[in-house]
Amino acid sequence: MTSGSLVVPSYGRPRGVHPPPDYSGYRSTALRHPKKPLVLLPQRLTEVTGPLLGEELITPTDGDLTGQHDGEPQGQRIIVCGRVLDSDGRPVPDTLIEIWQTNAAGRYRHAREHHPAPLDPNFTGVGRAITDSGGNYRFITIQPGAYPWGNHYNAWRPAHIHFSLFGRAFTQRLVTQMYFPGDPLQPIDPIFNSVPDPKARERLIAQFDIGLTQPEWALGYRWDIVLRGRDATVFEGGPDFEGGEDQ
Amino acid sequence: MSEPITPSQTVGPFFAMRLPWPDGPFVVPEGTPGAVTIAGRVYDGAGNPIPDALIETWQADPEGRFAHQDDPRGASASGYRSFRGFGRCPTSPDGSYRIVTLKPGPLPCPEDPGGVAEAPHLDVSVFSRGMLDRVVTRMYFPDEAEANAADPVLSSLPEPGRRATLIAVPAPAPDGPGAPNGSPAAGGASAAGGAGGSVLRFDIHVQGDHETVFFDV
Ligand SMILES: [Fe+3]
Repeated sequence: MTSGSLVVPSYGRPRGVHPPPDYSGYRSTALRHPKKPLVLLPQRLTEVTGPLLGEELITPTDGDLTGQHDGEPQGQRIIVCGRVLDSDGRPVPDTLIEIWQTNAAGRYRHAREHHPAPLDPNFTGVGRAITDSGGNYRFITIQPGAYPWGNHYNAWRPAHIHFSLFGRAFTQRLVTQMYFPGDPLQPIDPIFNSVPDPKARERLIAQFDIGLTQPEWALGYRWDIVLRGRDATVFEGGPDFEGGEDQ
Repeated sequence: MSEPITPSQTVGPFFAMRLPWPDGPFVVPEGTPGAVTIAGRVYDGAGNPIPDALIETWQADPEGRFAHQDDPRGASASGYRSFRGFGRCPTSPDGSYRIVTLKPGPLPCPEDPGGVAEAPHLDVSVFSRGMLDRVVTRMYFPDEAEANAADPVLSSLPEPGRRATLIAVPAPAPDGPGAPNGSPAAGGASAAGGAGGSVLRFDIHVQGDHETVFFDV
């Protein structure tokens, strides 16, 4: 950094990747999306920095959702692992991942959950992990079930695991859902289909991986997550903050 | 080299299983000298409180610095060891949330580090069922009229009439006689307020006549 200049990275703004705020197929968006145009916010110090939450939040059982109780949970044991990358292909190390999901029967352990599927006393359905220096994460859990919801007649959510990620910057914050390959509910799920680009939708689906599968023990799924990428830029009075390739 | 990014999906109704943590609303521990409590409610387009939203805040420390590798100035020399910059609070059934923090300092602008400064502010994310992606706003401070007037974001809003939606308002002490009915700080801010901290009210209207200004970040 030279005297009098402040060098901060710039994160490209993705276009056409995220769902639109207003998606009629998902009824609850109707009253919960801004109707006025979003105002372009230049990326300055608050936006290019972010919380670096780490090991202090993690306990040893957080990454193994099958080992949080005295007994084994019901259902198909699975391993979910992958890498967190940015869109420039760089791994995102030391970043917090939080997950939550239903049990094998499709029921969340939550006070407002009304689905009359059985609870599993040996499964809470929440986990945390920190990526390693190569951006790798790993969870051991149970294949979640499909569940009904009130969006429309006979609505069922495809099996999914909710993921929350921070990355290294406020701009990289992402909450999303991981789906499973071959699920017949995906083509009729409004939340999955709210992602406009079919190729982008596919990126929400994990891949079955026989190499990751452990004999006599658990099926393996691989799911990489890609956050927005960054380019270091020196600003010299120019108004152009829109770096990156995804304009 | 260019990887396509992963799309956002809604946080859904059950994020409370994992995302909130007990000290999440405390950017600094309760009772920290100089702490300010930010309390408010989140409303939908019908004017009803949103009972299942999650608020997250991110901000500089009182010297306007970040303990982060991308703040080229580095962390504050004095250090704010109990300050983590990040706050997280789920809304209650009445749509209320609160964050206990320290007021951030002003920030230099990369475009003009010697001149223009950004007024003290928090970046605020709102997640909820019915939102397929987070929405992002900023909260500014009511006692910074001069800095707010010079702030490059506040002073260049396409609709200047909506500027007030980004500025918190001083709230009466929640325990005091002037406390509003159903104060969003009820049961929350009272401890910090009682400990001498000030209380600011920052309501967020996701949609409607009073829609908050939201940003494309
Ligand atoms: Fe879900």
